[in-house]
Amino acid sequence: MGETGRQHQPPAGDEARYDLAALYEASDIEAALASLNAEMIGLEPVKTRVREIAALLLVEKLRNDAGLQADPPALHMSFTGNPGTGKTTVARLMADILKKLGYVRKGHLVAVTRDDLVGEFIGHTAPKTREVIKKAMGGVLFIDEAYYLFRPENERDYGKEAIEILLQAMENNRDDLVVIFAGYEEQMERFFSSNPGLRSRVAHHIEFPDYDDQELYRIAELMLGHMQYRLSGEAEEALRDYIHLRRQQPGFANARSIRNALDRCRMRQAKRLFEQRQRSLSATELATIEAEDLLASRVFDEPGENRR
Amino acid sequence: MRITQGTFSYLPDLTREQIAAQINYCLEQGWAVSIEYTDDPHPRNTYWEMFGMPMFDIQDAAGVMVEVDRALSEFPEYYIKVNAFDSTHGWETVRLSFIINRPREEPGFRLDRLEAEGRTIRYSTHTYAGQKPAGARYGGGETA
Amino acid sequence: MGNQEAQQSSERYRAGVLKYSQMGYWQPDYEPAETDVIALFRITPQEGVDPEEAAAAVAGESSTATWTVVWTDRLTACDRYRAKAYRVDPVPGAPDQYFAYIAYDLDLFEGGSIANLTASIIGNVFGFKPLKALRLEDMRIPVAYVKTFDGPPTGIVVERERLDKFGRPLLGATVKPKLGLSGKNYGRVVYEALRGGLDFTKDDENINSQPFMHWRERFLYCMEAVNRAQAVSGEVKGHYLNVTAATMEDMYERAEFARELGSVIIMIDLVIGYTAIQSMAKWARRNDMILHLHRAGHSTYTRQKNHGVSFRVISKWMRLAGVDHIHAGTVVGKLEGDPNSVQGFYNVLREDHNPVDLQRGLFFEQDWAGLNKVMPVASGGIHAGQMHQLLHYLGEDVVLQFGGGTIGHPMGIAAGATANRVALEAMVLARNEGRDIWNEGPDILKAAAKQCRPLEAALDTWGEITFDYTSTDTPDFVPTATAS
Repeated sequence: MGETGRQHQPPAGDEARYDLAALYEASDIEAALASLNAEMIGLEPVKTRVREIAALLLVEKLRNDAGLQADPPALHMSFTGNPGTGKTTVARLMADILKKLGYVRKGHLVAVTRDDLVGEFIGHTAPKTREVIKKAMGGVLFIDEAYYLFRPENERDYGKEAIEILLQAMENNRDDLVVIFAGYEEQMERFFSSNPGLRSRVAHHIEFPDYDDQELYRIAELMLGHMQYRLSGEAEEALRDYIHLRRQQPGFANARSIRNALDRCRMRQAKRLFEQRQRSLSATELATIEAEDLLASRVFDEPGENRR
Repeated sequence: MRITQGTFSYLPDLTREQIAAQINYCLEQGWAVSIEYTDDPHPRNTYWEMFGMPMFDIQDAAGVMVEVDRALSEFPEYYIKVNAFDSTHGWETVRLSFIINRPREEPGFRLDRLEAEGRTIRYSTHTYAGQKPAGARYGGGETA
Repeated sequence: MGNQEAQQSSERYRAGVLKYSQMGYWQPDYEPAETDVIALFRITPQEGVDPEEAAAAVAGESSTATWTVVWTDRLTACDRYRAKAYRVDPVPGAPDQYFAYIAYDLDLFEGGSIANLTASIIGNVFGFKPLKALRLEDMRIPVAYVKTFDGPPTGIVVERERLDKFGRPLLGATVKPKLGLSGKNYGRVVYEALRGGLDFTKDDENINSQPFMHWRERFLYCMEAVNRAQAVSGEVKGHYLNVTAATMEDMYERAEFARELGSVIIMIDLVIGYTAIQSMAKWARRNDMILHLHRAGHSTYTRQKNHGVSFRVISKWMRLAGVDHIHAGTVVGKLEGDPNSVQGFYNVLREDHNPVDLQRGLFFEQDWAGLNKVMPVASGGIHAGQMHQLLHYLGEDVVLQFGGGTIGHPMGIAAGATANRVALEAMVLARNEGRDIWNEGPDILKAAAKQCRPLEAALDTWGEITFDYTSTDTPDFVPTATAS
């Protein structure tokens, strides 16, 4: 029972006034959008899209109040891009915005993958999918790598059943559930092609580009700051080189890969300090990552060279 | 007759909106909601059949209403109730319990009296519907 | 003992009369131990009596002292047994009164005995001449002592599970008129009230076994009525059968008969005494019976602020002694009780743990160490038109008793019961939906009354009745006072 239903009133005459600014302020989504800007590095196209969608939803709400909305608003979305580009974070933010605008009642995010929806034997899938849907009602269901639901090569695959149940829920419980499908661009395209019923329901699409070198560097800086580490002058340069090289290698997961790399640096720093344990260490030494901690990475190996 | 078990039985049967509102109240308190059904409404029948497990981790009544609708469509001629369980220390019990469905006709109970010593009577409450076998008690023999 | 100490001791114990504060009963530096029982007294010293001396006197006379020095003290570890008055505060707004905090060592008391606890603390000191007036205001019972008591035999959780009634207050009514009905007529009132929608009916405190009705007749007819009402409604019903009698033997006989007849609940009056109450609590647990306590006679000593024992202390004692129901005030009815004090009593009975709450008259943090919770009973001059106020002040774990409000209904007893039940369910429904019942209460009742003629009649008859008198017993506190 959502708050935006069909209104069968005739459109109001032009004497009535509709205050977009007041609605914007009352909804408090400004705070949500501000946190998007502050907390996420780069992602300019994403931020733009989010603002566009927010504006659209805001205006649709106003139009609804004016009796102009014919159909209930389309809210389901798809997010495409490489891993580690912030899709889950933005999904959470979107849930918050939807709640503040009154499109969902509770605004919580339930993030799942195929394994949470699909069972391993007959009769296992339906209750599994339904459980997930029940928990997501009133909020947003975020399905990562959604295309794995559909495995046409395997005829005993139960993913299709999960998709059907999902479709049903999206149809029958429009006021109760918003779904966001996420994953790689190409695979998502193939997924939607083979499931036109789903594609027709997904109204909003956001692409998450990869971060560029500078953005990744800033993300690394932020992470290091949180972990209470600093880089020596040479380490800073080594990090820039590292990022540039790593991006070109396969399996790069943006912010996640940076995180993993930094964790490995910490290990190497610890090993280095341990080997010098006869002398006492200063706080600065404990906090500093040196160039050698980065350069030891396999990313710097020449092709064919094997340093392990 | 009309069995008046449960918290709201003296009010007119709850509408769907009212049921969802009560369920929302329970979820807000952090209670787990469950659905039970029976065709033996004896007041001392503590264990009605469970319609699925108690639902933990649900945020919004709509999720529970999916199960409510299923129960109502599968057991239209049974008593169905919604319970809310509170797991906090000092309670660890049911905090709210109300009937959301009853059979079309409720024949009710008979009071049996067994005269014992002196003027003492031993009482026992007998469910009329209980005369028929389980599954065939209300609404002309609909099975579970 | 060193030489100096020996010297001091012989000074201290030389025959004669010393001030109490010199005998060791006033110790401002004393830090109460976790295991100490602490009592808070409100003292009104006679003119010319210094408040610390008065507090020390109370400490002394409620523990080991007598009016003159006795050498036999020295055969004991007397320092330990002396109660210690460690703090005296003036009462805000009452220039001649003081709050005195007194700590008692755990060894002073027998475990699990309210008779001993009370004889020890209030047995001797209240008639003491140097005090104009004295009131036991509050008590802190250490967990070590709480654990020696069995507590309520049933408790709120189990009572609800046995009745299968959750999420709303329970409803009751005392049979009226208080006296004179024959057994059969009495049972009729019970049947009508229960079939109309109440959960319980109640014997009045003075109904025992009198010429107009022998107790056995009452029990037989009431249980016939209870069982009939159960069959007619499908709900578990009960009638508090009053087993109060002249001796324990008689009481056990009556309780046994109640059990034999299948009652879920029996009732006793406060006047049977603390020992009898604890015996009955034990019996009730052994026999799976809910135990209702009527606080008969308490107002003789709980009502005046300057002298007596506060009802909050009685509540604590009764929870330890072990009762499942206790009358604790209605706020809006005909009997004494200001909202804050009454909520204080309810908290003491119902909560797992009471923090300091001076506004509600709770001076001490009290941990109930898992002791069962007592269901408070609100009874006296309340009616369906006050349902929103009752739910607001008292919450949902309470028995609301509408004696006159049921039996005096213009359409009859069953209609009166139905009116109360419908009003209650409608109010709980609305509260759960998030409505503001304090302000919208009357509208909610009117809306419910549209579908319930008995409720409509009840509102018409009593809608305007209130009992607004100045309370004699309100908490004294300074809003920014710190924890004790």
